Amino acid sequence: MAAWYLPIPDSESEPFWNAAAEGRLVYQHCRSCGNDYHYPRARCPHCWSDQVEWRDASGRGTVYTYSVVRQNPMPPFRERVPYAVGIVELEEGPRMMSALVEARPEDIRIGLPVEVVFEREGGDDGMVVPRFRPAR
Amino acid sequence: MLSLACESALAAVADAGLEMGDIDGYCAYPGGLVGGAGFSGPSSYQVIDSLGIQPDWHAAGAEVPGQLGPVMIAALAVQAGLARHVLVQRTVAESTLGLPAQSMSGGAIAGDFSFLIPFYAVSPAIWLALYATRYMHEYGLTQEQLGWVALNSRRHAARNPRAVFRDPLSMDEYLSSRLIATPFRLYDCDVPVDGSTSVIVSAAGATSGLRHQPALIESMGAAMHGRPLWDQWEDLTTTASRDAGAQLWSRTSLRPQDVDVAELYDGFSFLTITWLEALRLVPRGGAGAFLDGGVNTDLDGRLPLNTWGGQLSGGRLHGMAFLAEGCQQLWGDAGEHQVTARPVNLVAVAAGGGNTCGCLLLRRPG
Ligand SMILES: [Zn+2]
Repeated sequence: MAAWYLPIPDSESEPFWNAAAEGRLVYQHCRSCGNDYHYPRARCPHCWSDQVEWRDASGRGTVYTYSVVRQNPMPPFRERVPYAVGIVELEEGPRMMSALVEARPEDIRIGLPVEVVFEREGGDDGMVVPRFRPAR
Repeated sequence: MLSLACESALAAVADAGLEMGDIDGYCAYPGGLVGGAGFSGPSSYQVIDSLGIQPDWHAAGAEVPGQLGPVMIAALAVQAGLARHVLVQRTVAESTLGLPAQSMSGGAIAGDFSFLIPFYAVSPAIWLALYATRYMHEYGLTQEQLGWVALNSRRHAARNPRAVFRDPLSMDEYLSSRLIATPFRLYDCDVPVDGSTSVIVSAAGATSGLRHQPALIESMGAAMHGRPLWDQWEDLTTTASRDAGAQLWSRTSLRPQDVDVAELYDGFSFLTITWLEALRLVPRGGAGAFLDGGVNTDLDGRLPLNTWGGQLSGGRLHGMAFLAEGCQQLWGDAGEHQVTARPVNLVAVAAGGGNTCGCLLLRRPG
């Protein structure tokens, strides 16, 4: 059984997770009005067009906000504290929630440039999940 | 927990001067089987059946304007003539049966949670910590100022025999309490309890002969003008409270400076800050300075705040207890924690965070 904290992709979110498995971070773009957005939606939330497509992000962004998690009783996070979570503002505009990795908690700050990395979670029957680390 | 729901229902009905047979409506948050049994409490049908209610109106759900959502639904129902006396409840058993995040770890992550949970953002503490960090960055709120939300509540809880934590809390103890998710420490997080709160929402024309002068709902706020997602809300220094608060004041000729007592949700300390500003009880970005030192929010201060001890010290009754306390303050019925330094004519009550936010303005008749 896959780890409990991994998603069951549905028809809307499957392209995001398939891309992650290939090492690509994607977001949605509306060909009608130019809106770039995160969270898969069949129609553009701005203009309701169904002419929406997935685009590859550069993977670069900045930390918009963050928190260092020190207590979490749930496995497997119990063993992973302290860890950092942040909302990353992508170069292309959309923001997304992600774990912030490969950084000491005290080095994370708002505005920190970060870049995407892909990590396999949950072992062999798990999934590839995008994370962000300080830009190199 | 079904017995808790029945006990609080019977107590509220008796306190109102009604009989159970007068109750012709039932509303609750969040309905059964939402987020685990400890969070959801009993199903509305279990309670309705246990109490033998024959409702002309009933509704229970979670996707409403915060934990006061069922109060608003009940108010609309009585105003529309669908019912006369609606029993509204929130029952929790999180002390014995656990929090929703703990129940999640048995299931599968689907829908929009797919973009939070796999990224280690697995609890409201983390989601709201991200808001608080951003707020501190933009407005310079200090850890000590945040801590005053908890210290203020603890001071009031000492006067409330039903509160969970009643021993004094010092700033040193607050600052040395363990970090949960920065900037939140242990005492920034509310305390899980088993408990049930019941209020009765009656039609304006159905209140003669009741035990109390009714607490009139002067206005309500339920607006949500942003993407209803934790990480996609565009301004993380506020929540949908901003829109609910604006709506509340747009529907009354009363003004923020008329508020005598504020009962503002504190599932996490930071949420009280968002509500103080959303309800325009303090200037935008000014909540920290207002809270600092605790003078303004004491029972004899400029704005007595969370007078029953809030959820931080009173217990996580999940929103509805703020309304019960607001009514009791209007009635002069709040015992040791009654505000007596001024007449209590107008109370602001608010609950929720993120995109699920609702607020009420309660006043004395006349
Ligand atoms: Zn569009």
